[in-house]
Amino acid sequence: MLLDIQNLKVEAKTDTGWTPILHGVDLQVNRGEVVGLIGESGAGKSTLGQAALGYAAPGLRFAGGKILFEGTDLLSMSDRLRNNFRGARVAYVAQSAAASFNPAWRLLEQFCEGPQIHGTATRKESEAFARELYAKMHLPDPNNFGLRFPHQVSGGQLQRAMVAMAMACKPDLIVFDEPTTALDVTTQIGVLASIRQAVQSLGTAAIYITHDLAVVAQMADRVKVMRDGREVEEAPTREMMAAPREDYTRSLWAVREFRRPERKLADDAPASIRVAGVTAGYGAIQVLKDVEFSIPKGATVAVVGESGSGKSTTARVITGLLPPQSGHIEMNGQVLPARLQDRSKDQLRQIQMIYQMADTALNPRQTIRQILSRPLGFYRGLSGKAQTERLHELMDQIELEPKKFLDRLPGELSGGQKQRIGIARALAADPEFIICDEVTSALDQLVAEGILRLLSRLQDETGVSYMFITHDIETVRAIADEVVVMRYGQVMDRGMKSMVLDPPRHPYTAELLASVPQPDPDWLTRRIAEGAA
Amino acid sequence: MTEPRKRHPLGRMIVQRLAIGVFTLFIISVLVFLAVSLLPGDIAQQILGQSATPETVAAMRRDLGLDQPLITRYFHWIGGVLQGDFGKSLANGRPVADLLATRLPNTLFLAAYAAVIAVPLSVLLGLLSAMWRGSWFDRGVNTLSLTAISFPEFFIAYILMYWLSVQWGWFPSMADPGSNPSLMDLVQKAFLPAMTLVLVVSAHMLRMTRAAVVNVLGAPYIAMARLKGVSKWRIITRHALPNALAPIINVIALNVAWLITGVVIVEVVFVYPGLGQLMVDSVTNRDMPVVQACALIFAAVYICINILADVLAIATNPRLLHPR
Repeated sequence: MLLDIQNLKVEAKTDTGWTPILHGVDLQVNRGEVVGLIGESGAGKSTLGQAALGYAAPGLRFAGGKILFEGTDLLSMSDRLRNNFRGARVAYVAQSAAASFNPAWRLLEQFCEGPQIHGTATRKESEAFARELYAKMHLPDPNNFGLRFPHQVSGGQLQRAMVAMAMACKPDLIVFDEPTTALDVTTQIGVLASIRQAVQSLGTAAIYITHDLAVVAQMADRVKVMRDGREVEEAPTREMMAAPREDYTRSLWAVREFRRPERKLADDAPASIRVAGVTAGYGAIQVLKDVEFSIPKGATVAVVGESGSGKSTTARVITGLLPPQSGHIEMNGQVLPARLQDRSKDQLRQIQMIYQMADTALNPRQTIRQILSRPLGFYRGLSGKAQTERLHELMDQIELEPKKFLDRLPGELSGGQKQRIGIARALAADPEFIICDEVTSALDQLVAEGILRLLSRLQDETGVSYMFITHDIETVRAIADEVVVMRYGQVMDRGMKSMVLDPPRHPYTAELLASVPQPDPDWLTRRIAEGAA
Repeated sequence: MTEPRKRHPLGRMIVQRLAIGVFTLFIISVLVFLAVSLLPGDIAQQILGQSATPETVAAMRRDLGLDQPLITRYFHWIGGVLQGDFGKSLANGRPVADLLATRLPNTLFLAAYAAVIAVPLSVLLGLLSAMWRGSWFDRGVNTLSLTAISFPEFFIAYILMYWLSVQWGWFPSMADPGSNPSLMDLVQKAFLPAMTLVLVVSAHMLRMTRAAVVNVLGAPYIAMARLKGVSKWRIITRHALPNALAPIINVIALNVAWLITGVVIVEVVFVYPGLGQLMVDSVTNRDMPVVQACALIFAAVYICINILADVLAIATNPRLLHPR
């Protein structure tokens, strides 16, 4: 056995002292084996994964148990010995390569640092090995790829470069911590294929951490399900996929239940917002080319596409943050001024936004009451008793108890609750139209589903229209009436959800759909055989 | 269309900053000239003192060119400055350029002396206290630097003078190097003022170094480096420092500029013949050409050092130096 973690306990520092976040977890990895760790955020997956390197993140500490690597306990080692061991015998691949590469160093320098400090290879050897791995990972121009800085490389390439870097010292074990979560599905599939190929060709063992069941099914021989710092169950992948034992596992396995029936809209249904032939960009760079679609009153239109496809830029044009170079935005049949500054208060009130990161979109120093009172006072002129009444009404609408939550700070709320506050803030203005920018992509599946249900119910109650920006096809299927598919700043296809998606009408839509991992252990193999990666 | 602009971001930026610098200097020259001209009192009257009669005052004003309109006088002055002629001192009739030539090297020497010690020392201490943050070392360095920055500089100067010079006699309390001193002589004589300055400027740079590095230490790439098995010291110097350079360089620049332009008190305490003292003396004597020249030189120093800091901050940032 390569790695044997026994009864590991980890604690996190809080205001009041140390709280346990891993409650005695075991994890065994054999040579050449890939073990998947799956669970929602806060399950302790990353903490357990990093423990395999004897590492506890700042603010965490090991409180008991053993981490045996080939029989040696990493916890009782000296710092120096542990440093010699990290990177050389066990390596780590982080979720966000963009943040985890040092921006001041060329990629090749960062690749060669490990072999240099651990003395596993000469500079020449490791440069040659880097080029070999870059080629294996299908990186462009592998001979010179390493000379670039991290910011000069795309997200998918950077993630592959990080996998290559982890292999620099030919470690026995690599910990992959959600390596593809931040990537588009079409990029993810290539990275998954690269990881699998590299792991197999070097015979490296791996711990693969993810919250995505379909991904873990492709990568792991054995899967461990975690929840709240405890193991739920563990079994060989195929066995667990076929017959999960625990209820919690089954709830993860369940495909999202929420499916709002598509509402057929009349062709001449009045449009709430119309994006009319918009071309826009930043400086000399053109991001949107002649984008044309409309959002019917009371309907939900999902805009899908990969990052860089122009989804968010379209939202910026609609809100007036980015005046278009040509084309215009209509609201209820009237042309809106292009620039935010030129719009009337009432026009501003009509268009509201809900953001992806509720964390950063809410002022951490304001109570929920202050956050929600602002739009009520500013747009609606409500104050005193009327304002309080409306506040309570809003809180009821988003299903949070007013007495309990109004005087809390955002930091005291969970991710899903924060997103609900974001929704209430948008609703407070009584808008005609709300732009939802990836509102569920930072949330766990069950929480996300709750948000989608809430948004859907609110639409029925208030008749508001949504533009739903997302890269997740499941979300589209759940909530949209119509779909707009974007790529390279252009609309590829648009229309009723069933027409666009089932079966995919446009070849690019087909590619998008085919890239979404399926909870079938042979999916990736099949896709590779089909030439997708 | 955008290609040529991207090719030399640094060269382009230097040219741009120099142009802005020259413009700023021009504005400052106008302000300095105006401020000096608007001072109450008549210079001719001042020079002639008790013996002034209306006729001699008028003649003096003509000699000094004070009867000309302001704008003519400004262009006359700035025209001379551009050719290296700063005019003549009113106090002793010597060319201002000669006065500067004897004082400027002294000032630069003292500033360089202090900077050569203070900059590496404070960056090193800042890095060490960032590495061991929260430790007794960090707290000790923090307390000492706060103490040093909290005392007025003349107080530090007198304390140093009392112990190192008066009590123990290791260094002279008068820093006047005399004529044609050897380098060793200079180093010994200017030791006390230099030490005073080191104590005054180090705290600022040290604390900024620590803060900038600690700020970077929270970044995911630092966690990544730790997971690669990189040692603490190497993480601080190779991974954190390069990404924290911009604010550190800026604070160093501000302090170095201050070392050249702001050390009047220390010069006076140690009787060190630098530019600061010259300027203060000239203000008391109403020796306006000298005051103007000093002010202009100080402004130029500030501008040049800040341009240098900006360029270095960009040169150490690969995002700006190597665009996509």
